[in-house]
Amino acid sequence: MAAVRVEAVLAAAEEQEAEKRRSITVEKELELEFDLGNLLALDRNPPPAAAALRGAGPRREALLRALARDNTQLLVSRLWELPAERAGGAGGPLVARLPEPTFRLPREKPPPRPRPPTRWEQFARLKGIRRRKKTSLVWDEQAKEWRRRWGYRRAGGDPARAWLAEVPAGADPEEDQFARLRREKRERVARNELNRLRNLARAHRAGSAVPAAPLHPTGHQDREELRRVARVARVSTASLGRFQPRLPKEPAEPPSRSGGRKRRFEPLLGNLAAERSRQLELLRDMGSKKPVLDITRAVNKQMRQEEAEAAAAHKGKKQSQRGKRGRRQQRPGRSGKKSGARRQQQQQKPAGGGTGGGRRKKA
Amino acid sequence: MDPLDRVVKPKTKRAKRFLEKREPKLNENTKNAMLIRGGNANLTVTAVLKDIYAVKKPFAVLYKKKNITRPFEDQTSLEFFSKKSDCSLFLFGCHNKKRPNNLIIGRMFDYHVLDMIELGVEKFVSLKDVKNSKCPEGTKPMLIFAGDVFDVNEEYRRLKSLLIDFFRGPTVPSIRLAGLEYVLHFTAVDGKIYMRSYKVLLKKSGCKIPRIELEEMGPSLDLVMRRTHLASDDLYKLSLKQPKALKPKKKKNISHDVFGTTYGRIHMQKQDLSKLQTRKMKGLKKRPAEKLAEDGGATPKKSKSA
Repeated sequence: MAAVRVEAVLAAAEEQEAEKRRSITVEKELELEFDLGNLLALDRNPPPAAAALRGAGPRREALLRALARDNTQLLVSRLWELPAERAGGAGGPLVARLPEPTFRLPREKPPPRPRPPTRWEQFARLKGIRRRKKTSLVWDEQAKEWRRRWGYRRAGGDPARAWLAEVPAGADPEEDQFARLRREKRERVARNELNRLRNLARAHRAGSAVPAAPLHPTGHQDREELRRVARVARVSTASLGRFQPRLPKEPAEPPSRSGGRKRRFEPLLGNLAAERSRQLELLRDMGSKKPVLDITRAVNKQMRQEEAEAAAAHKGKKQSQRGKRGRRQQRPGRSGKKSGARRQQQQQKPAGGGTGGGRRKKA
Repeated sequence: MDPLDRVVKPKTKRAKRFLEKREPKLNENTKNAMLIRGGNANLTVTAVLKDIYAVKKPFAVLYKKKNITRPFEDQTSLEFFSKKSDCSLFLFGCHNKKRPNNLIIGRMFDYHVLDMIELGVEKFVSLKDVKNSKCPEGTKPMLIFAGDVFDVNEEYRRLKSLLIDFFRGPTVPSIRLAGLEYVLHFTAVDGKIYMRSYKVLLKKSGCKIPRIELEEMGPSLDLVMRRTHLASDDLYKLSLKQPKALKPKKKKNISHDVFGTTYGRIHMQKQDLSKLQTRKMKGLKKRPAEKLAEDGGATPKKSKSA
């Protein structure tokens, strides 16, 4: 009898729980997709019959409202299941911590690109100089109080009110010291500004050398860059741009060196003397016992190999690579065994027999 | 180019802050919307713009004057406005015989038009017409999209993304549960999109989670999709790209199993098992004679210097 009573009690309790739950449960065919970070719910179920919705105002509104109520109930249930705490002590409002939004939305602006370091920053990194934190106030002996380092009421006294300017040891006694101080300050300011603009120009050039968003028009590009990009786009066809139609006002491209051809051959009946010398050289190289070494090419190859190894070792150091490449281009090469095709690869004509082979890159 | 923007240095701190607010950042600001009237906007469209401005209040700009432009033909004036007011979302309202009650909703990427969708307003019920209590300004709305066509059709998918972007509001880390008052419900059925806004009333239910009752409030629109100008796939992908720094750092050497147990991995150095410290057993202890014989050749005793 007791067992029956216990069972009845349990059944009644369960019934009560189910009743409570019924008011907040919603039946749906497909589960909704939630993005709680955005307070978003996506219902993939096909909406109630179109015929019903096509009807006149109030019935349609009621249907829409019922659908909205169900969906909102599901979303709110999910939100109330998040970990919640009482903000501002025991009596504060109940606040739920939202997760990160998962729905991918496009950005407003492209992500910022890291600036290349300025000349001073490069030097400081090389020398290992670090920024020292300065105090914001400095003790002023004359005023006997803490004054700011620069600006309104600075520690050294107002520079405009300085009534004395000593003549330094080796200077001309007739010279106007105040004028000299003013002139030097103006020069310093101008030099500072010049260096700042130079750093900006360097950053701009560095940015355009390796464009992150290569061929999209952004409206911030200048004419040269657009022209360069248009040229690259035109030549990126299988026939190297030979059959690309031009726009009505686009100027004709100056004839390229390769003439739209991928490989370039010497004409058959061209320079007979050059051909003879080339053939004789070839025979001599083939006949000689010692292997012939083209010093420049060997050196270049070796440097390329070393650079590739360095790049594989330190992946992030783009600066040093560019520096090495820049230095390499400026170095004159020795006149080794040149042929017509190879002449294109050499950067400059050598000035006399310089020991191009003996030179290694400077560390 | 980015460095060239810094050629003109700002002379005051205020100007500097103004420019810093507008430059591209890792974590971006909330998107602002500009609501523009076309040259031939009528009362309906103007009322729609005003209501949407009220919904998006601190993050929207309503232009008072009419601007005679055609967004689908020429986007330069829109881009100019976007650059001046630093808004990346826009809603342009106009009206003509061929396209009555026209709304063009769109967004920008880097001050250039990314997506634009033209919607026609068939029925509009304004905030003023519905005589119920309203929720406070600046409430973050809950967004619900119903209808499978929002996933199937490419244009509807972009429209869904646009609408989420438009009405989302600021991203907050936590939210007051009693303050979930506003919900925007979009249903796509039969070529039409019904947008309804409701005020949420939380009623007592038996358990912790409240029962929801909805009360009609606020602007409700019946929309029809007309023309679209969607961004190409690669430009869209470019705009979705998030910088690596924002990706959450993975915690290494921690794993979870099905039952919820957390496992950690510790990497140990190689141990010399002969020198392992086990339990002390006095019987096995080395006698001094044995110890001397062992250490004799290996480590000669170092004399301590004073």
